[in-house]
This record gives sequence, C-alpha cells and structure tokens, in this order.
Amino acid sequence: MGAVFEPGFFTSGPVHVAIAIGTVVAVVSAVTGVFTVMRGQSFAGHALTDVATAGGSGAFLIGMSPLLGFVGLSAVGAGVLEMIGVQRARGRDLATGLVLGVAIGLAALFLYLDTTATATTGATQQILFGSIFTTQASTIPIVVAFSAVALAAIAIAYRPLLLSTVSTDIAAARGASVRAAGLLFMLALSVSVGLSSLAIGTVLSTALLIGPPAAALRLVTGVGRALVVACLIGVGATWLGVLLAYDSYYWGSSHQALPVSFFIVAIVFAAYLLSGVRARARTGQSQAAARGRAATQGQAATPGRAATHSHATG
Amino acid sequence: MFSGFMVNTWTVATIVAVIAGVVGFFVVLRGSAFPAHAIPKGAFAGAAGASLLGINTLIGLGVFSLLAALGIGRLGRRGRSDVVTALALVLMLALGAAFLSRSSQYEPEIYSLLFGEILGVSTTEVVPVAVLGLVCLAAVIALYRPLMLSSVVPEVAEAKGIRSHRMQMIFLVVVAAATTVTVPVVGALLMFSLMIGPAAAARALSSRPAVAMVLSVVIALATVWGAIALSYHSNWPAGFFVGAFGAVCYGLGRGCAALRRRGAGQQSPAIAAATS
Repeated sequence: MGAVFEPGFFTSGPVHVAIAIGTVVAVVSAVTGVFTVMRGQSFAGHALTDVATAGGSGAFLIGMSPLLGFVGLSAVGAGVLEMIGVQRARGRDLATGLVLGVAIGLAALFLYLDTTATATTGATQQILFGSIFTTQASTIPIVVAFSAVALAAIAIAYRPLLLSTVSTDIAAARGASVRAAGLLFMLALSVSVGLSSLAIGTVLSTALLIGPPAAALRLVTGVGRALVVACLIGVGATWLGVLLAYDSYYWGSSHQALPVSFFIVAIVFAAYLLSGVRARARTGQSQAAARGRAATQGQAATPGRAATHSHATG
Repeated sequence: MFSGFMVNTWTVATIVAVIAGVVGFFVVLRGSAFPAHAIPKGAFAGAAGASLLGINTLIGLGVFSLLAALGIGRLGRRGRSDVVTALALVLMLALGAAFLSRSSQYEPEIYSLLFGEILGVSTTEVVPVAVLGLVCLAAVIALYRPLMLSSVVPEVAEAKGIRSHRMQMIFLVVVAAATTVTVPVVGALLMFSLMIGPAAAARALSSRPAVAMVLSVVIALATVWGAIALSYHSNWPAGFFVGAFGAVCYGLGRGCAALRRRGAGQQSPAIAAATS
C-alpha cells in the first residue's frame, strides 16, 4: 500500500476536492462524449474548449468566477455553431473553424489584458492547463448543479438524439424534433466542456470528452453499454491520474510534481490504443464467425448486428 | 511604424501570410480544418520541450509538428480521423504541460508561443523563416496538380493512381512545415485563424481554384498587415485583429457570393454544395 499511495494521499484536502470534481466531470464528459463521437462532432467539442478559454480569461478580467465565464461563453459558442448550419460535415468544419478563430482572437486579447492590466500572474497557465488541485471546495456544489443540467438535457433529448445521430432523415420522417434535440445536445456539450475546462484545463478537456467514449465505442456495441464503459474509463483515468500526479511529487529528488492533466491524458490515450487492439481482435473473430455462418447457412452475418458493429467501430 | 525593428516584422509577416494563404486554401478545399488546428497547437509542446532542453525552438516545433502530422495520418487510416486528431492533439498538449511544469518558463513566453510575438522579430529569425517558407511553397507548387485532384475529385485521383491516404499524409507534412515557420511569429493558435479565414473568404468569392488561391493570399496579406498596423497603434495583441479580420472577411465573402448568386440566377448544385 505504502508504495502505491504516498503519505497523506487520503487525508489531503485538495486531493478530496480533486477526486470529487474529477469524478463528476469525467462522468458528464463521458456521457456527452459518446454522442459527440457518434455524431462526428469532435472538432466542435474541441473548439468549444477554446471558446471557453476566451470566456474564462474574460471572467478573470472582470473579477467573476472563471467557471461562469467558461460555461457562459461556451454555451453562446454552441448556440452560434448550431445556428450557422451544422448539417453537412464539410461546411460544419469550416464554420467551427471560423468560430474557433474568433474565440482565439478574443482569448488573446483577454489574456493579454489579464497579464498587463491586472497585477495577477499565472492566468494563462491556470486557464489553459487547469487547476484541479487548487480548486476551492466551495465550487463542488456549482459543478454538481451544472452537471445535473447537462445530464438532464441529454436524458430529455435521448430518444430523438439517438435517432437523429443514426439518420437525420429517419428522425425527421418520424416527426422527431431534430433541431430541438440538436440544440439541447449542444447545450449539454457546452456545459460539459465548461466543467472539464475547470477541472483539467481548457486545452486538455478534449481528452475526457473524446478519449473514453471513443475507446468505449470500439470496445462494446450498443449505446447503453458504451455509455457505461465510457464512464468507467473516464472515472478510472481521472482517479489514477490524480493518484499518479500526487505520487509524482515523491519521484526523484527534485520534488516537483507533474501536472494531473498530463497523467489523465496519457492514460486516456493508452486506453484508446488498447481498445483498438481489442476491436481488431474482435473484428477478426466476427469475420471468422461470419465466414463460418456463411459457409453453413449460405448467408452473410446478420444485418442488424453488422450495422451496429460498423457504426460503433466507425 | 516602418522604422528599425519593424522592418523584420513586416518582412516575416509577409512571408507568413503568403504561406498561410496558399496552404490554407488547400486546408479549406480538403475540409481538414481540424488537423490544421491540431498540428500548430500540438507543436507548441515541442517548443516548450526545446526550451526545457535549451535547444533552438524551431527544432522542437519542427519535430513535434512532423510527429503530429505523421501520427494523425497514420492512426487516421484505421480509426475515425476526427477522434484521432483530437486525441493526438491532447496527448501533445499534455506533454507540453509536463515540459512546462519542469522548466522555469514564465508567463510571457508561454503566451508568446500560443499567441505569437509579431512585433518582436529579431534579424536572426528572418532567415530560417524565409528558407522554410520557400521550401513549403516549392512543395505546394510541385504537388499542385495531384493535390488539387485528390482534394476536389478523390475518385478520379484514385483512378489516376493517386492514393488519397498518401496524399493526405503528404499534405499534413506540408502543413507541419508551414507550422514550423509560422508558430514562432504568429503563435500556435493564430496560425490557424490565418489559414482558415482568408481561404474561406476566397472560396466564397470565386469557384475557380487559381483565382481563389491568389485571392486567399491577398486577403491573408491584408489581414496580417492590417493587424500589425492596428496592433502597433492600439497596443492590443495582433492576434485579436487577425481572428476578428478572418471572421469579417469570411462574412463579407459569403455576403458577396450570396448577392452575386441572386444576380446570376441559380448556381449549379455541385458548386453550391462544395462552397457551403
């Protein structure tokens, strides 16, 4: 035990806060992320983190809570993205890029004013690379409240969202309000991005949003199971990341801890690579099985299963 | 505004704008805005690592942007390319965060790597930027036809023996080279704005590739020059103006295109689909 958990890990206040916030953020990111990955909106999800950077640095400037800036501006950004046409993938990439460009410009301005107009230092570092160990315990209720909003939005839009994710045309034909579902989803996405920006920094929040869901979608078939697996991977990576970052203070003689975000991202990336190995093995198996079935019954693999499979592995 | 140290700024900014205009045109044409964002931003980590080791920043940027390009190209074949791009980006940024925590970098240096330091270019920086810039342009000119074919009609390109995966890989390497040139000057984040905004506006204005490419360079030059002039007078960061101009240009371009379409009647659906 002593070798794994360095002294003081379980009694340290910042670690408790980090674990609590990290868990909440990881769950919300994983749930929103599964839809983000399935809808092919990774770029939008990432762009919103940069929009959030502008919001966070702006809030810093006028002395507001960065969390409000993060969530507020990324919600506005999500609204703009949804508004300027997101149906075709190509146009969407360009629109996302332009919103991103404006956000970066604003962030440049706000961060510049942060460092020159106010006497505070560390704004750039803190906003970009996160501050999970320096977060105040008092922000936990706010984080939980925002998470509840994001999860509620996903829960309300779950059915139409799922339908429109698979096929916009079918969803529209069935009378599902594709537009409303998309908007609710973007709201959830912006809240989740704002939260993870706080926890592991705007620059790295993409990792929790995309990594665990992408790995989960390669590991299991079916959206329900993917949601569960994504949450497990996300929470696991966050806990392990916090532990390793805490331990890293005792590595070597320099007594300089490595950042939490570094460990979380490294674990998430490893999970994604490993899921690829497993998915490939499974594809091989199912192909062999399909060949076997085709040989005995004279038909290919069951269409439904094949469809969900190819959808999940993409 | 044109005296002494500002000469370097104008020279380098002009080189950067030309490269961004040309490479950005293909970025927009191929719809690879995300890799174009990820490579410069990830290369930032290389700069942080180089300064930790005490070697030239340009080497760190070059190595990391090349690794990013090859990694995204390679992994993108199997997985979803947007997911792979996002993950490659965050992995490199995480490395950057680790490097920064080890080094004694202070705030303004991080800021200048991310958002550029266009007003403080030294004479020794001009030569490598010019050389790499020329290499970049030469590569695009040499690849012009196959790149154009595989961007616009990938099926025809495949039939002519141009492998689209390989072309994408080569193109990403060109983006990486352009990144290495431009990041020290305009910063990791603004390189992206400079590639997307002018090129998108040019695409909206003209559907003829050669014309659009020239327009893209012209708009990029106007953006950069305008940003420097405004930044010089207002003391606000040039990056803010670059980002804002990009969006304004695109908005105007779309507006002009819409007006012209109304005047000229229906546009062919294929062009409409490609430009929207």
